[in-house]
Amino acid sequence: MTAIDLDATSPKHLADKYAIVGVGETEYMRGNGSGRTTRALGVQAIRAAMNDAGLKPGDIDGMLSYSGNDSTFSTFMAGDLGIRLNFYMDVHGGGSSTEALVGIAIGVIEAGLCKTVAIYRAMNGFSQVRIGGTGARSAAPINGDQLHARAYGWQSAGQMFAPTFMRHMHDYGTKPEQVAMVKVIHSEHASNNPKALYKKRMTVDDVLNSRMICKPLHLLDCCVETDNGNCIIVTSADRARDCKHHPVLIRSVVGRCCKPRIDMHYQHGPISTVAGHYAKDILFPNADVKPEDIDITGSYDAFTFTTMLQLEDYGFCKKGEGPTYVSDGTMRLGGKRPNNTSGGHLCEGYTHGIAMVIENVRQLRHDVDDSCPIGPDGKRQHTYDYREGGCRQVKDVELSANLGWAMPGTGSSMIMRRA
Amino acid sequence: MALQGTHLGMNLTVDDLDIENIAYFGHCAKHNFHLQRCDDCKLLRYPPTTACPFCTCLESTWVPVEGKGSVHSYGEVHHGIQPQFQKQTPYLILMVDLDTQKGAPTEHDALRVVANLVTPEGQLTSADQVARVGIGTRVQMVFSDLSPGLSLPQWTIDESVPQPKPWRYPE
Repeated sequence: MTAIDLDATSPKHLADKYAIVGVGETEYMRGNGSGRTTRALGVQAIRAAMNDAGLKPGDIDGMLSYSGNDSTFSTFMAGDLGIRLNFYMDVHGGGSSTEALVGIAIGVIEAGLCKTVAIYRAMNGFSQVRIGGTGARSAAPINGDQLHARAYGWQSAGQMFAPTFMRHMHDYGTKPEQVAMVKVIHSEHASNNPKALYKKRMTVDDVLNSRMICKPLHLLDCCVETDNGNCIIVTSADRARDCKHHPVLIRSVVGRCCKPRIDMHYQHGPISTVAGHYAKDILFPNADVKPEDIDITGSYDAFTFTTMLQLEDYGFCKKGEGPTYVSDGTMRLGGKRPNNTSGGHLCEGYTHGIAMVIENVRQLRHDVDDSCPIGPDGKRQHTYDYREGGCRQVKDVELSANLGWAMPGTGSSMIMRRA
Repeated sequence: MALQGTHLGMNLTVDDLDIENIAYFGHCAKHNFHLQRCDDCKLLRYPPTTACPFCTCLESTWVPVEGKGSVHSYGEVHHGIQPQFQKQTPYLILMVDLDTQKGAPTEHDALRVVANLVTPEGQLTSADQVARVGIGTRVQMVFSDLSPGLSLPQWTIDESVPQPKPWRYPE
């Protein structure tokens, strides 16, 4: 054992010791909805991730999930799949949960509570509990602290985040047509993702001509509510070597890092700065890499603006240069640092962040699920031709960063690398 | 005693145990705007809290605060989410910097109070009034009465002062 492994005071001592070995999901559904329970969605996703890793029910002994009271608990998933748990926990939360739960998984494995953890999100975000806040959520009575927000029609994610987005436009001269490029680029990526819900390539005019929801957000600045189940499996790097795929190692995680005054973060300015400003000082030093070392990003796109704000505050460009960064081709497939190569929440489907981690795991395996032909070794033979309907594998990708978002004041993130 | 009222058809309540919000809205019902001032560090805070976010002190005193300020940012809703607001579009969610304690305790901080743009009588405004307001607009507080014990703070354009040209979302 090397000296650094013994130094528990160093936050770097867990880098590369844990891995994501299995990923899986259901299809993404709208229209008539999934036609099944969140229990069924979760079971299907976990089973798909176990098969992907080559793990049996007896190999999984930990489970974590997150939801906003719109899912089914771990105990039912484990029961259905014949998994006997040594540890489980179901936490409240949406975006920015995935990376935080990866951190918890590492912690409980390190502490000896269990050996291998399945993390899932299962939701009927279109057909049951609408993530945009319509339906039952919007009709709920307004009590106590909620009088300072919901009573003013300030409730949905778009409404709650609008002051951040608008102030960024004011402070930095951000133009709607620059931010719209996030949707344009993610739609290009989605067109090369057979499982994406919205595969049509969009233009800046398509975004700006779509109806206004909550200024500055047009309809196409907003993500797509979806029914789906998604799962990732975390275990030690040692065990990862016995799994089916090339290991993808976790270099660092940040879990639900917050701005000051998180009870109502707008009290602390500048309000156009988001939690990534704080999270970056954990994420990059612990991984011992810099933003410029990162090959691909998964910057959460609940809205076009959230992708831009996080790329800025995590230091992929200078503060205020986000509008240029997201519109100059940098984050397009074939560009310097592609973002959300699956099409993300704007186009592939909304999963509260976990699908963006799954996408980067597949990218780091060099085996992303596009339409390229499968070769004799069972892996896709990527063409790196990014035209519509083509390849979406990024060439020689080694390092990825996922930038998860709960709201302007809270974020989680993770750096992974190809072993 | 618990507070109850109806706003645009929505039921609003403040429970007995929620003593900070009971006190805050108790002042609002008399059309007075009061905030907690920390007995130790003397800083004001919003929204109501149990402890002082600047020094952790549990003791505070409710003091009158001038309901005037300028719009720091805003959202302009064209597609209502709550059923009761769907008939009210377009409406403005105004995030207002109070003049009092602006820039303290640190440079970019302010007491930021969110409410809608309303008429001086406390009714949500028409679209032409919405189009007048943006970042920088000077506003003053008025109250919408929901019941004898419950009123909501709101913002209206301060017509008693010259208005700066507001910054608006580019059309």
